[in-house]
Formats: sequence, C-alpha cells, structure tokens
Amino acid sequence: MKKVECILRPGKLEEVKDALSRFGVKGMTVYQVMGCGLQGGRKEVYRGTELTINLLPKIKMEIVVADKDADEIVAIITKTAKTGQIGDGKIFISPVENVVRIRTGESAESAI
Amino acid sequence: MKISKVGLILWTMLVLLAVPGLAWAAEPTIDTGDTTFIMLCSALVMIMTPGLALFYGGMVRKKNVLSTIMQSFIIICLVSVQWVLFGYSLAFGPDINHIVGSLSWAGLSGVGQVPSDTYGTTVPHYVFMVFQLMFAIITAAIISGSVAERMRFPAFLLFALLWTTFVYDPLAHWVWGADGWLLNLGALDFAGGTVVHISSGVSGLVAALVLGKRKGFGSEPMAPHQLPFTVLGAALLWFGWFGFNAGSALAANGLAASAFVVTNTAAAAAGLSWIFAEWLHHGKPTMLGAASGAVAGLVGITPAAGFVTPLSAIVIGLVAGVVCYLGVSVVKQKLGYDDSLDAFGVHGIGGTWGAIATGIFCTTTVNPLGKDGLLYGNAAQVGTQAIGVLATVAFAATATFIILKVVGLVTKLRATAEEEELGLDITIHGEDAYPDIVGGSILGGKYSTTSDMQAMLSGSLKTN
Repeated sequence: MKKVECILRPGKLEEVKDALSRFGVKGMTVYQVMGCGLQGGRKEVYRGTELTINLLPKIKMEIVVADKDADEIVAIITKTAKTGQIGDGKIFISPVENVVRIRTGESAESAI
Repeated sequence: MKISKVGLILWTMLVLLAVPGLAWAAEPTIDTGDTTFIMLCSALVMIMTPGLALFYGGMVRKKNVLSTIMQSFIIICLVSVQWVLFGYSLAFGPDINHIVGSLSWAGLSGVGQVPSDTYGTTVPHYVFMVFQLMFAIITAAIISGSVAERMRFPAFLLFALLWTTFVYDPLAHWVWGADGWLLNLGALDFAGGTVVHISSGVSGLVAALVLGKRKGFGSEPMAPHQLPFTVLGAALLWFGWFGFNAGSALAANGLAASAFVVTNTAAAAAGLSWIFAEWLHHGKPTMLGAASGAVAGLVGITPAAGFVTPLSAIVIGLVAGVVCYLGVSVVKQKLGYDDSLDAFGVHGIGGTWGAIATGIFCTTTVNPLGKDGLLYGNAAQVGTQAIGVLATVAFAATATFIILKVVGLVTKLRATAEEEELGLDITIHGEDAYPDIVGGSILGGKYSTTSDMQAMLSGSLKTN
C-alpha cells in the first residue's frame, strides 16, 4: 500500500476529489494548510503598513491506496491539479506498512 | 407656546455658547420633544462604546480580542458609577476658578427630574447628566486603542478612573461648564473635538510611549484578525455619532438637523478621501481604510458640527481622511511609536484638524450664537481655536504622564513578555474568544476537579 499526500491549490480541491471519486477512491483526509515554495508570497496593506505574507493557503490531501493503483492515481492528480503556473503543488508517495479498520478489525488492503 | 419654546432654546444656547454666568429668572420648563430627543441621543451615544470595542477588537490579533473589547466595555460600567458619585459634579457643578466644578452636586445631589437652570433648560437635569455621561465613557474608552495588546487590566482600570476624574472632568468644565475658561475665551467646540478627541488621542500617545512597543512590533506582522468586526464597529460609531453631534444642540430643532446633516456628509467625504489616498499610495482601496476614514471624518466634524454648512463639511471630511491616513501610515512609521490601533492617529490628529477647521469654516448663518471664522472675515477665531488645542494637549499629556507614573507605583502597567506571547485573553482574563471546537467543546478541556482548584489556589498550577 502507498500513502499519497498531495499539496494542492485550494481552488483545485473539488476537481481532484471528483476525479478520484470517479476512479473509485472512497476515502480521503483533507487539511487546510499554509506553506511556502517557489510561489513566493503576496503583499497586504493595513492602514498604510505593508506586510509580506510568504506562507500561502493550500490544501493537503492524504489518501492510502493499493500498490497497483498508486501510479494511476498519481497521474490523475497530476493531470487534474495542473495549471502550468508556479504554485500548483507537489505529490509525495510513501510506503504504508499496514492499515486497520477500527470498526471491524480488518487489516491491509481490505481495510482501505 | 411656540414663542416660549424658541425663547428657551435661544436661552439655552446663549448660556452654553456665549454668555455664561448671565442669570435670567426664566422658569425652566420641560419640553417633551427635546426630552425625548436627548434621551434617545443618549442611548445612541451609549452604543458608540460597544461599537468602538468592535472597531478595536477586529484590529487586534485573535489572542487579544476579548481583552481589547473588555477595556471599552468595562469603562461603561466604571465611568457610569464614577459620574453619579462625583464625576458629573466635577465637570458641571458650580464653577471653581473657571477650572473645575465643585463637589456640591456629588451623588447627584440637587440633580433630578426638574431642569437645571444652567444646562439643557428644557429637559430634566437627569437627561442632561446622562447625555454627558455617555461622552465621558467613550472618551476614556478611545484611549484603550493606544495601549491594546499590552496594558494589564488592573492598571488600565485604575488609570481610566483617575484619568476620567483628573483629566476629562476638568476639561469638560473648561469647555462646556458654565464659566469654564475656554468657554469664556470664545473657543468653539460643539460636540467635543477637544474635550473628547484631542484629549483621548494625545493621552493615548503618551500612554503608548510610556508603556513601550508591543513585543515583536516592527518585526512580527500584527495584522487585524477580524475586519468585519471593525467595519460593524465603525458603522455603529457612525450611527451613534448622530446622537453625539445632533444631540449636542440639546434640543430637537433646526440646529440639531444641521448638525445631523454635516456629520453624515463629513463622514462620507472622509471615507472616500482615505481610500483614494491609500489607492494612490499603495495601489489598493481597503475596507479597513473606508471604515477608518469614516471615523476620521466623524472626529473632524465633531467640534464644527453646530457651526458649519454642508459644503464646508465636505472639505472638512476630505481633509480629515487624507491627514489621518498620512498620520497613521507615514508619520507613525517615521517616528516609530506603537500606537496600536491609532487612537492618536485618528482622534488626536483628526480632532486637531477639526478644532482648527471650526475656526476656518464657522459661520453665524448656521448658528447665530456661534462665531464667524476665517472664511467669513474673522481670522482671529483660528487663533482662539489653536489656544484651545494647545491648552488641551499640554494638560492632557502632562496629566496622563503623571497618572501613569502613579498607577505604576501601585501595580505593574504592562503585561510580561510571556503574557504578551500567549495573549492577554488567556493570561489576564482566563478565557478564549475562539476555542478550537470538536463537537461543541473545547479541545482537550475538562471540568476542573477539586484537586485542580486546590492546586490553582495554592499557586502550584500556574494560570497567570
């Protein structure tokens, strides 16, 4: 099993969620996060005092998938979340040792 | 009936604005229209202080929102009691050497349902007293904007009591009390430009300097946490200001209507000029700018409200918006003082402009009991206004400095670095405006047990 963690533009959440749902991904965890990278920041002005905000709001989505699906899911996310501009985000893929469904005690891929 | 009403109004204005000490033997009679109007105006001015609390509360960081709102709210409670006990008497009681009122009206002795023969002679004396109370409340509350996010609550409470007693009450007497020296001099202040705005703004600046900058000022960003609060607060201030300025006519008459119109006009003009100034300067018109500008315009028109025409009000408002914008964005940054929420920048600077503008634009065509100003051939009025400003600045600044030093001997003025870091809401008031919520309860919280309480009381569990 693989954990796919992706950082997305907030405006891309719904599209990515729909695309994954069409593929058959049933569960996910979504966070509102702040981050910085190549995108730099933006300027805010309060009563003439300028602030440079370099942490920008992003969405972080975590899903755990079967090994055989991982490549295709990463491809779907890459295609859906891309705008071609700096700030599209990143995807991190890592191995997962085990998964347990609390309600039934099932484990491994049947628990995903 | 109509003639006697006009006569009484004229008499009131004479006493208040031009001929203090002139004792007529007219029998004061209650006018129901005036009484209704001034009671409603008192309620309007009351809502300005919670409005100010929201205006300020939105501009601080979220860890300090309750402590900031509290500093305004508790002033309503504190000054209401002070005013009844002795504050009203110090401000409006029988004159002592043109400086302060005597204590003979302490505890509202002799103040009751019958009109005063000196002030607001067509309304019950109680009504005049409570209308003036609301001004005393908001003045002390304005200062809290300069010391927000760092002044300890006990110190602020004591400061506010002493400041209202030793600064506001005498100042109100100078300008509005029968035989006060600024009134005798002929300085015009219709609704409190010097007494309320210059005094609180300048005192705020002195307090900001004495307390020092907030921890991290200039290096950490301190952006407003909830601007919709600030906008709602500004709107409540604007709403209440109709009572503040129109009510200062002390009668439901044409002068009150004139004050109402110029108040709205100046606020609107200043909201526009502030956002255009920042648009040119920084590239974007902000909601905070529109709200701040409107308040700056209201401050600017306050002393002039009963003496100027609507067209003059547009000029007063346009200038107020630009001058206050430059004050908070350029002057404050150049000089580097930490007037947290710009009580000085808006009220001190806007109030000073308003006092001078009154001397420029005032005309007896609006108010025969006022004066003609610079534009109407009486340049000397600007000088008289300037004396009023300088006297207020000198007195308020000196007295505030002394009061802060005295309070500092009794209790620590500012929060510790740790308290500032955690926020004053939790460390001083023990409450959190925005707890993290899971299913409606505070994350990780539980009811304190007896042993927790014992530990807290014994000091082994540190809460503050």
